[in-house]
Amino acid sequence: MRRLSILKFLNNKYLAYIIAGIFLVLSILLGISIGTVSVPIFTIIKIITAKLFGVISLETIDPMYSSIVLNIRLPRVILSGLVGASLAIAGAAFQGLLRNPLADPYTLGVSSGASVGAVLTLFFQLSIPFIGSFTLPLLSILFSFFTIFLVLMFASKIERSLRVETIILTGIIFSSFLGAIISLMIALTGDELRQIIGWLLGSVSMRGWDYIKIILPFFIIGSGLLMFNAKELNAMSFGEERAQHLGVNVQKRKLLILTAGSILTGAAVAVSGTIGFVGLVIPHLSRLLWGPDHRHLLPLSIITGSGFLILADLISRTIISPTELPIGVITALIGAPVFAIILLQRKRTERSG
Amino acid sequence: MLNVQQVSGGYSSEAVLKDISFDVEKGELFGILGPNGSGKTTLLKMLSGILPIQQGEILIHGKRLQEYKAKQLAQIIAVLSQHSSQSFSYTVKETVSLGRYAHQKGLFQTWSNVDEEVVQRVMKQIGVARFQHKNIQELSGGEKQRVFLAQALAQEPEILLLDEPTNHLDLSYQKELLDFLKQWTAENDLMVISIFHDLNLAGLYCDRLLLLENGRINIDHIPNEVLREERIREVYHTDIQKHPHPKVAAPQMVLLPKVKNEVIDFHLDESRLHISNEFIMLTSLLPLRTMSSGVIGSGTGWHQTFVNRHVNKDYNCNDHRSEMASFLKSKGFEPSETVGMMTAVILEDVVYKRYSGEGFSIFVVVTAGVGNAIDASKSEQHSFDIVPGTINTWIFVTGELTEEAFIQSIMTATEAKVKALNDLKVIDEVTGTIATGTSTDSILIAATQSGEMLEYAGTITPLGKLISKAVYQCTTEAILKSCKRKRK
Repeated sequence: MRRLSILKFLNNKYLAYIIAGIFLVLSILLGISIGTVSVPIFTIIKIITAKLFGVISLETIDPMYSSIVLNIRLPRVILSGLVGASLAIAGAAFQGLLRNPLADPYTLGVSSGASVGAVLTLFFQLSIPFIGSFTLPLLSILFSFFTIFLVLMFASKIERSLRVETIILTGIIFSSFLGAIISLMIALTGDELRQIIGWLLGSVSMRGWDYIKIILPFFIIGSGLLMFNAKELNAMSFGEERAQHLGVNVQKRKLLILTAGSILTGAAVAVSGTIGFVGLVIPHLSRLLWGPDHRHLLPLSIITGSGFLILADLISRTIISPTELPIGVITALIGAPVFAIILLQRKRTERSG
Repeated sequence: MLNVQQVSGGYSSEAVLKDISFDVEKGELFGILGPNGSGKTTLLKMLSGILPIQQGEILIHGKRLQEYKAKQLAQIIAVLSQHSSQSFSYTVKETVSLGRYAHQKGLFQTWSNVDEEVVQRVMKQIGVARFQHKNIQELSGGEKQRVFLAQALAQEPEILLLDEPTNHLDLSYQKELLDFLKQWTAENDLMVISIFHDLNLAGLYCDRLLLLENGRINIDHIPNEVLREERIREVYHTDIQKHPHPKVAAPQMVLLPKVKNEVIDFHLDESRLHISNEFIMLTSLLPLRTMSSGVIGSGTGWHQTFVNRHVNKDYNCNDHRSEMASFLKSKGFEPSETVGMMTAVILEDVVYKRYSGEGFSIFVVVTAGVGNAIDASKSEQHSFDIVPGTINTWIFVTGELTEEAFIQSIMTATEAKVKALNDLKVIDEVTGTIATGTSTDSILIAATQSGEMLEYAGTITPLGKLISKAVYQCTTEAILKSCKRKRK
């Protein structure tokens, strides 16, 4: 009996991971392969295995291909993958915590905070000594931290127990306020306008390996923290009081989850600008396909989120080539209708059920 | 094991609860009662550690509540709230499994065999195992409540806190849930503390009740003491009446609805009486409160139609109740609203009289035959044989009678009847002594329950006096009539 249920359980979840994994690998290969110069998929695999394991010598491969793959497309694909993964897992965690499938990292004002940090950097042409070009991402992360800290402090001033509703409302207040500051700076900007707008719409182009190095540690810390709190997220999606009755140290866990979420969002916003809908649609879709258990929802969101953003980036740079569309436009164009359809179907099943 | 000592606290700086102290022991089903806003939920939230305690102490196993870590506390206390929000479609089993959270140890909190066993056991106990793979959002309210109860029980708590657990549940679920809790508390020597909205359910199931009023304890006692009419009326500011449960030794409360006091001056007299060869019938404009020993509608109740039916002496009495019911139906009466009696007496010989007292009146109807007369003091000498009743007495009172007055009316009427038989020297043919009645006499007391309040009906009270006089006269006349007919 017990063995049977384990098998069933594993089969079910294995399938989910296999499907998501295939989707991610396909996205990566397509993302590297397609472009102004098309690279055969077999060549890509050879280059990557050569680079990783050194079994095959790189010299047997056309140096143009290896240059395109290793210096341009691979870092871009990895970066968009990491950004998509960060936004998706942060979204999944926020939705679970706030018990609202329509919530996402933006609800808490975290991304607005990060944006303000970035826009300030661009506006004042800030450059901190020694780190130079990394001023932008670092300030974004700092501002997202700062914002979540402010939001939580403000919310706890309203109500000591930090109820979810209070946090959302506070997040909305901060979002609108910070959005207004960004608009103000854009209005005051002359020459930098295009750069700021472009950054706000989001992009992963021309970032290179350096940006991967910036986001990677934050991604590992953030998603690690969230994964360790998957069970608590399960409990908290039944309401904070119930979670406490079940034995969850709600205050501490909530703080941990919010911090991890803002690290992920802040880092993602810093390296790629504001990319909407990933944090909203991907967790929602994963939950619909594979159930709401956060122990699986979080890793599955990482996999599908990264695959999704890689594909979105691929479309954004190929659809009206050679001009590149901001990636945020693509995610919104795909994400909003998908989201609308999900919403309609939910409503319909609710009615019929 | 749970001690609450002079606790004050609430949501904000102002304390909702003031100076609350009580103890609950293992094996007790402890109910918390009180009107809305009296602090019931606040108290429960403080017991579960959700709300801070501003003053005083709550001790569990002698240790302060605040000193327990969240996980430790969850191993002792489980809570079933009134309603639980669930935004995501977890399966029933996933939901119940969360109850094991507090028992899982280590960084990775692995799911052990014990966890699986407990979850399967409680799901079976609560009866949710068969839909364990279903999505909780697809379940009905009652099923959901059971799933969350299973989740709470999966915590294997020593104390179970419930906030109006029967809210939104239909009758059978309410009973099932409370029966289960009662049994569970007794069998496992555990403690259940539950808020109740329904005083009757609380009185039925709880071992002890705590009545809160404006954040203070009104009383902490056994149900019979807590559920006193005056106390509940005062605390809840409403009109209620207490009466005993028909089967269980538990107090029950009924609401007294506000009725329009239209004083319909309906006379209960011969104008409402209909006499035929087959039956004597009296219909009242409004239902009357009755206490009777009829074939149909006996005991206490509310009835509108009263039938005294003539049957032959050789009437087969095997299943007289259902035969009587179908007879009433065939005559167009609703058995549930009718008090029905039987007699072998010729109905023409009925005697009725109406007497008025101060602010009230009585109307008495008697049919009597003494062929079957018996001396009650020597009734042992008679064989047991049910034959249709021969002295049927109806007493209608326009006035409000207490329960005492009903019983005293019966006593007074019986004494008057016995005296009538005595004065007429009616002889018990078996013993040769003076009879006190017949073997199957029936009586009915029916009151309008409006108008003059008549608290007592003993023989020298205003009502008792009228009843004795009327019953004595009517019975005497009726016996004389029947004797005359016999002699003819």
